[in-house]
Amino acid sequence: MTAKTLYDKIWDAHLISEDEDGTSLLYIDRHLVHEVTSPQAFEGLRAAGRKVHAPEKTIAVPDHNVPTTLDRVDGVVKNEESRIQLEALDKNARDFGVHYYPVDDVRQGVVHIIGPEQGWTLPGMTIVCGDSHTATHGAFGSLAHGIGTSEVEHVLATQTLIQTKSKNMKVEITGKLPAGVTAKDITMTVIGLTGTAGGTGYVIEYCGEAIRDLSMEGRMTVCNMAIEGGARSGLIAPDEKTFEYVNGRPHAPKAGMWELAMESWKSLFTDEGAHFDKVLTIKGEDIAPAVTWGTSPEDVLPITGIVPSPEDFEGGKVDAVKRSLEYMGLTAGMKLTDIQIDTVFVGSCTNGRIEDFRAVADIVKGKKIKEGMRAIVVPGSGLVRAQAEEEGVAQILIDAGFEWRLAGCSMCLAMNPDKLDAGERCAATTNRNFEGRQGRGGRTHLVSPAMAAAAALTGHLTDVRDL
Amino acid sequence: MEKFSKVTGVAAPMPLINIDTDMIIPKLFLKTIKRSGLGKNLFDEMRYNEDGSEIPDFVLNQTAYRNSTIIVAGDNFGCGSSREHAPWALLDFGVRVVISTSFADIFFNNCFKNGILPIALPQEDVDKLMDDAGRGSNAVLTIDLEKQVITGPDGGAVTFTVDAFKKHCLLNGLDDIGLTMQKADAIDAFEKQYGATTPWV
Repeated sequence: MTAKTLYDKIWDAHLISEDEDGTSLLYIDRHLVHEVTSPQAFEGLRAAGRKVHAPEKTIAVPDHNVPTTLDRVDGVVKNEESRIQLEALDKNARDFGVHYYPVDDVRQGVVHIIGPEQGWTLPGMTIVCGDSHTATHGAFGSLAHGIGTSEVEHVLATQTLIQTKSKNMKVEITGKLPAGVTAKDITMTVIGLTGTAGGTGYVIEYCGEAIRDLSMEGRMTVCNMAIEGGARSGLIAPDEKTFEYVNGRPHAPKAGMWELAMESWKSLFTDEGAHFDKVLTIKGEDIAPAVTWGTSPEDVLPITGIVPSPEDFEGGKVDAVKRSLEYMGLTAGMKLTDIQIDTVFVGSCTNGRIEDFRAVADIVKGKKIKEGMRAIVVPGSGLVRAQAEEEGVAQILIDAGFEWRLAGCSMCLAMNPDKLDAGERCAATTNRNFEGRQGRGGRTHLVSPAMAAAAALTGHLTDVRDL
Repeated sequence: MEKFSKVTGVAAPMPLINIDTDMIIPKLFLKTIKRSGLGKNLFDEMRYNEDGSEIPDFVLNQTAYRNSTIIVAGDNFGCGSSREHAPWALLDFGVRVVISTSFADIFFNNCFKNGILPIALPQEDVDKLMDDAGRGSNAVLTIDLEKQVITGPDGGAVTFTVDAFKKHCLLNGLDDIGLTMQKADAIDAFEKQYGATTPWV
């Protein structure tokens, strides 16, 4: 029998049919839906008189548009268009009978945080969502990727997706991570090495001791940003940590069924000798706390670095870097630690889980953030918020001067009231530093939660290891 | 979906690499619940000042390129967010073809669902077409999908490859969902067999 990668195994288990040219029909186990990329899809179903094929496998939640300020409990959505979009999801979820976590439900949150939290995300599944960060769920050894709205409609109508198979890429992180280095630094460092197109056409399997050592939260952070390296999906083979995380979640298999599922899940690994089309190996000990300086997620350097010059690059990147430096208001040669920050944002599907807030609390406990700093913490779900409050983490953050918000995507993409003004500069635990991403003219430096906490205290990008 | 057979039009040069979907259509415009009307906000932050006035340097604001139907772009066009609003905005503006050395996967697929043809070519071909696109109102290219050929203003031809199934759908304006529903029996059979072996899913 041919040795298979984990991706090969999940693909084969979900393959309904394959044409001669490789065009394949794949069965989808879970379809996650949010308010921004679904209204046109539901409208398409209505226009064609179609139903949702498997409403029991479809989960809807509003996250991108929802305000995260406390006044939202009064149902206040001041932006008319946002309100219409949220109402559309509410109506569509109820009309088509899919699982739904409305904005006032404590389980509401960022779609990629609540999927695993509620046990919808299970090993070996195929999971899609009209959102590129669906790769997050790959942390459970499930094949998960973002799709467009036409594909959302296709999955709603048929529970299948037309696909061609990607190639296999292995990213191995060997050994241990140094102190102060986190999952976020791993995933950013990988993108810095591969570039934003290095994973295009591939599914990445992350492996190695440093990946094994990560918690499930950390693994989700790593897989979340696979798309920033161009790969639609990132995968990590499930292990005891995965099973322990899943066991007991509301929609996880219950006793009796659990044993059956476990038997199947234990075969979810890459066989010895399976072929990878591309391999990248990084020593864990070589990874440092990472930060972006430009307007592409590939513009990554260790915090000890200096802002590069356009002449350091070749081809189209030369002009791109010129444009980036101008947009970011940076001069080549300046130390990254000299970059002054006025805003800190902790949250998003990349870093909006309990472990992320604990990491911030560890650093700011008993301290105050820099005077004049705007620092916002937005939990990834209502349940993460409740847990952080119960553990005392929230109070530590509030005492240090952070705003403690309700769950949502918030300033990661600024479709809601939380955004940067032109010229404002933010250390963000999010996933994209594109021009205008956090608000027109806003400047984003991607960092880990620990690094965001350090910047909040000092007012400039800071090596967390020096605190 | 509108059928795609042959497109002749002005090609706009956008040599910047990594043009992401946030640039193509900023999030401000994702609040719509329709597919139409996004063309006026295509490349919004590159195209307009904050007061709404046009930025004269931006290619699509220049007289020769205001009605471009083709874009020749730098590497890795369409990276970032999965938003299908990006191809919707391109289509609404009138763009039917994007040419680059590479595209992000999700954007690439989204184009085909909307009657837009993304063409990936080797660097030297893109360089030549970028040069052609720099000729203002003479920057006219013809893309023949059936023959898989791009013809430039000087008559030079560049051939391209395209996935057979995607080509078939574009040429005939076919709706994927309708095609898949023809396989309803295979889907039902799969669901039964798969449901029996993985009852927890």
